[in-house]
Amino acid sequence: MAINLYYYASPATFYQLSGKLIPWFGWSAVILTVIGLYIGFFMAPTDFQQGEAYRIIFIHVPAAWMSMFIYLVMAFWGAIGLAFKTRLSFMMSRALAPTGALFTFIALWTGALWGKPMWGAWWVWDARLTSELILLFLYIGIMALWAAIDDPQRGDRAGALLTLVGAINVPIIYFSVKWWNTLHQGASVSLTKAPSMAKIMLIGMLVMAIAAWLYTIAVALYRVRTLILERERNTDWVKALVEK
Amino acid sequence: MQWASVNDFLSMGGYGLYVWGSYVVMAAVVIIEVMLLRKGRSQTLKLLKRMRNFENES
Repeated sequence: MAINLYYYASPATFYQLSGKLIPWFGWSAVILTVIGLYIGFFMAPTDFQQGEAYRIIFIHVPAAWMSMFIYLVMAFWGAIGLAFKTRLSFMMSRALAPTGALFTFIALWTGALWGKPMWGAWWVWDARLTSELILLFLYIGIMALWAAIDDPQRGDRAGALLTLVGAINVPIIYFSVKWWNTLHQGASVSLTKAPSMAKIMLIGMLVMAIAAWLYTIAVALYRVRTLILERERNTDWVKALVEK
Repeated sequence: MQWASVNDFLSMGGYGLYVWGSYVVMAAVVIIEVMLLRKGRSQTLKLLKRMRNFENES
């Protein structure tokens, strides 16, 4: 089956398609969250070093992964938008930012609540924590820039440019635990070595991470549909849709 | 399962404040985001409808 990508890149078709997809992503996210929490709280054992406090990991790590990953996806759509002048790409970028900021905040918040009992401090100016905080400021800065520029096209381009420049921060966050001597522990899961945690803990964390993914897709699609309506308000299809 | 009672579960081995403080805030921000999204969409639709009615009248 040949899928014509240009067909789906049209806001009108994308609006219809995404409307059908949102419930699937949303409900799968809910189901996986329930499964992930069950594994995290009822199947995963107590950690021999950290006791029950480690259970924060089931939201901390997925949130931290999403905070970085969403930023990269935003930068990707920004680059596509700048290169091909595709309207929908910029809208995708805008639709992802608030959710990226949400996960960054959660990563920092749960990190503080984990740091206090384990390190004795809510916050330390260590490389991992500081670069993650910069990520939050980047998200907020980009959203503020979009909000400040009235002309959508100019705003899109300026926001995409700032997003791309800020993307340099993502590898800094990721490798910070390797490059600097940080209080934050190194990666528990990486592509190059076997994970340094019990299998059931890992499974719980991965299920929660997939749930976070599906949630992100659902809310980003929901947000982009509202953006499409605003931007395309003078087209016949939006006018027809509004009249219904 | 390692929990002897509901209280045992809630106390999280003495780390209840930290563990539940994480999960409750996570749940809260997700609920707030979904509510804001729904509100944003209905407001946009309402605004567009009003603009449309205005156009039709004039």
